[in-house]
Amino acid sequence: MKILVVDDEADVQPLFLQRFRKEIRNHEIEFDFAQSGEEALSYLKDKRQEVVLILSDINMPGMSGIELLTHIREDFPTPPPPVVMMITAYGDEENYKQAMDKGADDFLTKPLDFNLLKEKLKTL
Amino acid sequence: MHFFSFLAAFLLALRISRAIKFTALHQKWRMILRISAGVPIVLFIIFNERLSDDGVLIVAGIYLLLFIEYLKKQEDFKSFTVLLNAHYPLVAAGIISGIVGVTLDSFYEKWESFFVCAQLASFLWIFLRLSTSRKQQQELRRINERKDELEAMVAARTAEITQQKNELQETVKELQATQAQLIQQEKLASLGELTAGIAHEIQNPLNFVNNFSEVSMELIEEMEEEMAKGDMEEANAIAADIKQNLEKIRHHGKRADGIVKGMLQHSRASSNIKEPTNLNTIADEYFRLAYHGLRAKDKSFNAELVANLDPNLPLINIVPQDVGRVLLNMFTNAFYAVHQKQKIIGGDFKPRVEVSTKVIGKEVEVIVRDNGSGIPDAIKDKIMQPFFTTKPAGEGTGLGLSLSYDIIVKAHKGHINIDSKEGEGTAFVITLPLS
Repeated sequence: MKILVVDDEADVQPLFLQRFRKEIRNHEIEFDFAQSGEEALSYLKDKRQEVVLILSDINMPGMSGIELLTHIREDFPTPPPPVVMMITAYGDEENYKQAMDKGADDFLTKPLDFNLLKEKLKTL
Repeated sequence: MHFFSFLAAFLLALRISRAIKFTALHQKWRMILRISAGVPIVLFIIFNERLSDDGVLIVAGIYLLLFIEYLKKQEDFKSFTVLLNAHYPLVAAGIISGIVGVTLDSFYEKWESFFVCAQLASFLWIFLRLSTSRKQQQELRRINERKDELEAMVAARTAEITQQKNELQETVKELQATQAQLIQQEKLASLGELTAGIAHEIQNPLNFVNNFSEVSMELIEEMEEEMAKGDMEEANAIAADIKQNLEKIRHHGKRADGIVKGMLQHSRASSNIKEPTNLNTIADEYFRLAYHGLRAKDKSFNAELVANLDPNLPLINIVPQDVGRVLLNMFTNAFYAVHQKQKIIGGDFKPRVEVSTKVIGKEVEVIVRDNGSGIPDAIKDKIMQPFFTTKPAGEGTGLGLSLSYDIIVKAHKGHINIDSKEGEGTAFVITLPLS
């Protein structure tokens, strides 16, 4: 299962790689990373079919996570649509509602609870 | 007629004595004047029996002359000069009449009435002069009174003006205190705008600290398992990861530390001490703080942040807190401007704020550019004025740009230029001297 993580903070990458160390080693999960919404979109143009899940930060300079979500829903409508989970430090009602309205599948807050994330991954 | 000169001397002594009766001179001259009044009487009694009338005339004339000359030498009787001078004709008439009477008896006989008339006239002359000099003295007294009055008025005015001056100085002091207070309030206000940004900026590194330490604990367990299995290669790989994680923990700890320190520095009263500073660091830090500050207030807001910071920028001598505040102010304004435009135009508008630094000759140029609502021409001249703000009441102090001007232009000998087109955007260009 390939997961694309979009976050402007580069240190998110080793964190995911270590948290999912066993899963990666067992080839259950594979990670790719993008540091901006724009980068994520160009990545998806080539590899849309490989990616099962997109985890995106909302609050990024330039294209925000919400805009990225909108683009994904518009640009890649062919079923099955990719699962998109939004992550944000601002876990307020307004943010949640906006993300859900734009078609997010789930909404997670920072600091990320990796055990919870793992549980959610099992149901995919 | 031969006693006129004695009479005149007697009257003169009395007159002067009366004139100074109520002054400080009275005590000093009382005895001398009394004696001077008595002497003519005594001399008249002595010489009237023994000398001819002409002889008495000469003696009396000489006495009067001596008496006048003596009085004229006294500093205290300066004001009587006119009166004293009025006696000279009588002295001359008396002495001449006496000498002529003694030496040219027949001539004198023939012209006696003329000589008598001369003595009488010169005697009367004294009284004539006296009355005019009295008028003059009255006039003088009036002038003196008027002078005293004027002096009193001047003194009163001076006191009034001095009091006004003191009041004004007091007011200036109060105003200065108020100004200092306002500056502090402006700082706190901008700190308030920053709070959300700061919280976000600290939360991020803290999350990393928590995450990396948690994952490291897990990794140690895994490492122990691998070691138990005897897979040293894997155990070593995990150890390397752990080491890397500890470095990351330290890095993000320091990041949070720096943000807190910056925040404290911002709110603290400026030390006003210039120190070699990396302008890029300050610009970058406040750029993100300002952005997250606005972001936190309005979740729907988003902007493209572009930083073109010259990596070859030398350290420049500035007061870092003060210049940081200026940049923060510029960034806040820029984000506010693009946000306003976004509210009006809506979805199609891409807000963009850019900060760039570069060296131009002997100056460093910092440009804060936005594609926001721009500054209308009508208010371009006013935006640097204290208390001018376009924000709704309670949202801006109106001191941001005015203080920025003071900091950049007055304290750092730099410039602030504004390039703005209404509806298209604004660029604030700050130049600071390199040395």
